[in-house]
Amino acid sequence: MSMQGSTVEASEQRLSVEPQTEGDIRDIVAAAVSAEEPLAIEGTGSKRGLGRPVQAARTLSLAKMSGITLYEPEELVLTAKAGTPIAEIEALVDAHGQRLEFEPMDYGPLHGLDAAQGTLGGVIACNLAGPRRLKQGAARDHVLGVRAVSGRGEIFKSGGRVVKNVTGYDLSKGLTGSYGTLAVMSEITIKVLPTCETETTLVLRGLSDAEAAGAMAASMGSPAEVSGAAHLPMYVAARVAEGALGEEAATAIRIDGFGPSVEARAAHLGRALEKVGKVDRLDREASRRLWRDVRDVRPFVDGTRKPVWRLSVTPTRGHEIVMSLRMQAAIDAFYDWQGGLVWLRMEAGEPEADLVRETIRRFGGGHATLVRAPESVRAATAVFQPQPGPLAALSRRLKEQFDPKNVLNPGRMA
Amino acid sequence: MSVMMPKPSEAILSRRRAIVEALRAIVPGEGVVDAANEMAVFESDGLTAYRQLPLVVVLPSTVDQVAAVLKYCHREEIPVVPRGSGTSLSGGALPLEDGVLLVLSKFNRVLEIDYDNRCAVVQPGVTNLGITHAVAGRGFYYAPDPSSQIACSIGGNVAENSGGVHCLKYGLTANNVLGIEFVTIEGEVVRLGGMHLDAEGYDLLGLMTGSEGLLGVVTEVTVRILQKPETARAVLIGFPTSEEAGAAVAAIIAKGIIPGGMEMMDRPAILAAEDFVHAGYPTDVEALLIVELDGPGAEVDHLLAEVEAVGSANGAVTCRVSQSEEERASFWAGRKAAFPAVGRISPDYYCMDGTIPRKELPKVLAGMKSLSDKYGLRVANVFHAGDGNLHPLILYDANEEGQLHRAEEFGNDILRLCVEVGGVLTGEHGVGVEKRDLMPEMFDETDMKHQQRVKCAFDDKHLLNPGKVFPQLHRCAELGRMHVHKGQVAFPDLPRF
Ligand SMILES: Cc1cc2nc3c(=O)[nH]c(=O)nc-3n(C[C@H](O)[C@H](O)[C@H](O)COP(=O)(O)OP(=O)(O)OC[C@H]3O[C@@H](n4cnc5c(N)ncnc54)[C@H](O)[C@@H]3O)c2cc1C
Repeated sequence: MSMQGSTVEASEQRLSVEPQTEGDIRDIVAAAVSAEEPLAIEGTGSKRGLGRPVQAARTLSLAKMSGITLYEPEELVLTAKAGTPIAEIEALVDAHGQRLEFEPMDYGPLHGLDAAQGTLGGVIACNLAGPRRLKQGAARDHVLGVRAVSGRGEIFKSGGRVVKNVTGYDLSKGLTGSYGTLAVMSEITIKVLPTCETETTLVLRGLSDAEAAGAMAASMGSPAEVSGAAHLPMYVAARVAEGALGEEAATAIRIDGFGPSVEARAAHLGRALEKVGKVDRLDREASRRLWRDVRDVRPFVDGTRKPVWRLSVTPTRGHEIVMSLRMQAAIDAFYDWQGGLVWLRMEAGEPEADLVRETIRRFGGGHATLVRAPESVRAATAVFQPQPGPLAALSRRLKEQFDPKNVLNPGRMA
Repeated sequence: MSVMMPKPSEAILSRRRAIVEALRAIVPGEGVVDAANEMAVFESDGLTAYRQLPLVVVLPSTVDQVAAVLKYCHREEIPVVPRGSGTSLSGGALPLEDGVLLVLSKFNRVLEIDYDNRCAVVQPGVTNLGITHAVAGRGFYYAPDPSSQIACSIGGNVAENSGGVHCLKYGLTANNVLGIEFVTIEGEVVRLGGMHLDAEGYDLLGLMTGSEGLLGVVTEVTVRILQKPETARAVLIGFPTSEEAGAAVAAIIAKGIIPGGMEMMDRPAILAAEDFVHAGYPTDVEALLIVELDGPGAEVDHLLAEVEAVGSANGAVTCRVSQSEEERASFWAGRKAAFPAVGRISPDYYCMDGTIPRKELPKVLAGMKSLSDKYGLRVANVFHAGDGNLHPLILYDANEEGQLHRAEEFGNDILRLCVEVGGVLTGEHGVGVEKRDLMPEMFDETDMKHQQRVKCAFDDKHLLNPGKVFPQLHRCAELGRMHVHKGQVAFPDLPRF
């Protein structure tokens, strides 16, 4: 038997093996199981900084498992090997007037790395989504099928290539967001959708966080079909769109779709929002630039390693959480998803995990993930939200079922 | 019809009296039903060919009662079948002779409506339409709309990941549920998600949705509600062939248009529906498309013109745009009454639910035609054309010797054909008992073992809804065994990296 995977030196002095086929992945995982030698699973390592550092001697890199194997624009479906660069996929579908509806974010810049380095497998394994998640769902809502190798060294598939499918458990969703701890995905089928003909963004200026929460809720509850609602407090606003917005707080409401429809909805919602304050309009290009920066957490792309938290909370409670935290710690914050996604930067360098989580609990619940911090801090902090007993037990049993020898990304989600 | 169910446990059957008493101690009064005549209404779900009286019916009204019942059943190793409204078309809620039927219909309250966060928290027995009614006053609605929405429960929708005509644009149940509370077979209460947009950790919510009552009992659901679109208009487009109708569907999507609904009916279905409700359908076409566009008036007008143009470019022979709400409703009346309409032209019918890649429609329709000849049974087709979900209705007469069996075989062949062209066994009705034994058509042994490992993480004694979904029950201990042991890997000569 010939072993196809080539061995290269990884950046972290960890030996990396690069399988070229699904069979290679199976063999590598099987060998890791029998030797009880854990593997770190990596696309291109663009999100290595996410989650807890993995305790593994070797890296299984998907870099050589690359290529789009099926794309049928009229069927709204695309299949690619897991190591395919997400940029390659986005370029191809863009050329056909389509896009990934969940608007996957890019963690690269936040971690001081180049943009657009991630892979499809990495995006799905982290269930990444951008501002449009508010209206159209996250990566999990667009995964149709998966082929994978579990921590048992067995190849299995789930789902298919059609949207309407309730045949058996939805393991594709189970693997989405599992950070490579249940199985190594080899091939993924996703739903793609037509790109909007145009978009515009309404911007309200100078609102307090609480006023912005009200304006965003009113916009989301209107028939305007808003596809993005973010609030950038004072000074944070200056750090997007190359400073085009200036320092004053900016509350941004995105409307996209067919030209005449966008015009009608923007006009209608714009009139309703006049009650709150003066409403500016961004054209398509300016709107795209703004939302790309919100998506990729550009305000905190600062060349530092100050801890950054990602909070998922009840949208109308986001600003209350931030207000409460501001009284107790030096933080900088901004909001996406109508306030339901809060990005927090801890100015003093301490992650303050207990404070952050306790505050979330007091204001309607949700969870916090530490998405940037020096490795030593990540190793000493619960990066993912600790779960209550019965839920933690279920998660642990699921991991044991799929990866009984704990060879896939051990410690990653612990 | 016959399907092999797990052999009832004699030990449980012989303890029936004691079990009923123990359950009465948990759920007092009318909450425990054990008289055969009173249990008869529960003996089947929407798949009426299968019937079985349960051991006992329990109708709890609090989460504590649900937890106590499950804890008791877990300790005593008694199977439990959850049930909402019993409209499942795949036998998912079919009782077991030695199992408790746990009916959630008393959980019928809307607990909280939060318009600012656009969600509603409801108990699982609230009907699908009940949610929309609760929020309609403020112009909101709950988007997934199974045809059974007057009757089916949101708990059942979660368990089946139900869809409806509006799912093309607005997603299935899975895409519209933000959180659930459920009780494990051990009686532990677990909450997943909530009013925030994504649940933390593994996507157990995604696994629970569509799990057909095999993983836990859902006791609360938080759903996304949406503001009603400003307008909705529908257009009826008739085609001389289903190929042309299929091409029009592809062309509409290629233009970047995702209609609120896009349904297709074939000639037998058109004729049956027209005869029944007089919707004004053209009766001289082979295929009829109903395309509904919703949104702001400006958008709907703009897109209607585009859809009409696509229709004519693809050989449409008739095209009618609804001019009023009444007319739009009448366009849908025929489609929505398609099942009962077919019920009028045949003593019995059997509803299938495969999904195919849209482009394969002509091939699958042709295949169905020859199967129809082979089995000597007629078939009418209604089709969620936008997402490739087919509902062939096989017409038969149960009183004619052998027809029921032929209808089932015909249905199985249709589903095999769906899988063969890259589709799946079930788009929205679930596997249940009906398609259980066809699972190997789509999944190999390893695929199914990985699915069952999820089951083992939730319910390692196989007490929740056993006999459904999986053709073969593997004991969890056996599934847990590692087949790769030290020194016995598949490829022992593998280079050590
Ligand atoms: C005329 C008709 C038209 C239909 N049209 C559609 C359609 O357009 N789209 C569609 O998707 N379906 C359709 N269905 C199928 C059916 O209505 C759906 O599957 C529905 O979701 C079932 O809900 P229920 O409350 O009746 O569940 P039940 O039939 O009672 O149960 C269904 C399954 O869910 C489980 N279950 C129920 N409640 C719970 C709970 N609280 N916790 C855990 N498990 C639970 C049961 O164990 C069972 O496996 C139709 C059915 C009929 C009869």
